[in-house]
Amino acid sequence: MSMKVTTRQVDGVTILDLSGRITLGEGSVMLRDSVRDLLSRGQKQILLNLADVNYIDSSGIGELVSAYTTVRNQGGELKLLNLTKKVHDLLQITKLYTVFDIKDDEASAIASYARA
Amino acid sequence: MRKLPENAPGTRCSNDEEEHLTGQQASRITYTLESSLDSVNKVEATAEQLAKKAGIEEDEIFRITMAVREAAVNAVLHGNAYDPSKRITAVFENTGKDLVIRITDQGKGLDPETLPDPLAPENLLRGSGRGIFLIRSFMDEVHFRQLHPGTELTLIKHLGAAPTGN
Repeated sequence: MSMKVTTRQVDGVTILDLSGRITLGEGSVMLRDSVRDLLSRGQKQILLNLADVNYIDSSGIGELVSAYTTVRNQGGELKLLNLTKKVHDLLQITKLYTVFDIKDDEASAIASYARA
Repeated sequence: MRKLPENAPGTRCSNDEEEHLTGQQASRITYTLESSLDSVNKVEATAEQLAKKAGIEEDEIFRITMAVREAAVNAVLHGNAYDPSKRITAVFENTGKDLVIRITDQGKGLDPETLPDPLAPENLLRGSGRGIFLIRSFMDEVHFRQLHPGTELTLIKHLGAAPTGN
């Protein structure tokens, strides 16, 4: 039921591979803590790989938005990779599809980040 | 009709569960639950079972389940504010024509007309405020009733109707 997060670095971009559910409680908190931890270590180029996220509730959507604005406010970039159809549909319904920078290919996503 | 008391481990009060069977198609399940995330998960799982049992297709089950989860979250989080002395009630019914899910809390009440539009440009980047919007998007009918105190939210999905679009 809960969410798992693994972190890897590719060409200066931190990729968070998320799996499971981003919902009120553990999932949302884990996402928030993971992003805060990266920012505290100066890692501001963040790619959230949502390929294995099969469920997000309104709390999880809110957490994605908060992560996006928090990273942006600190001069970084947070992008989304590999949305499942359900998550894609949710972001369309909530009009967030145009807010987020959404990618479906990891290599081109990595290449799209501004380099210092 | 039968009544099945259910004791949740580690909780002070028991949850009550009732199931009414009035025919092969029609059935009603009632839960009275504490204000916790476990209760939200139980309500969500029950909605999924109800929708599956009604023969609804998978994408539509997802929408119904999500709407019901959002309603339960509202009741537990915004209504009862996790108050251990307050309960939520969830009633699930397949009338043969509709799935009807009714979630009630004991909180201070909710006026849906006062909720900001989450699709308005100035609200798009807010970290909350999308729950009721999603419920309305995914169900055929949504009704609010003020109980003074508390709010009753009734979610209806017409059986046999075309799936709700995006």
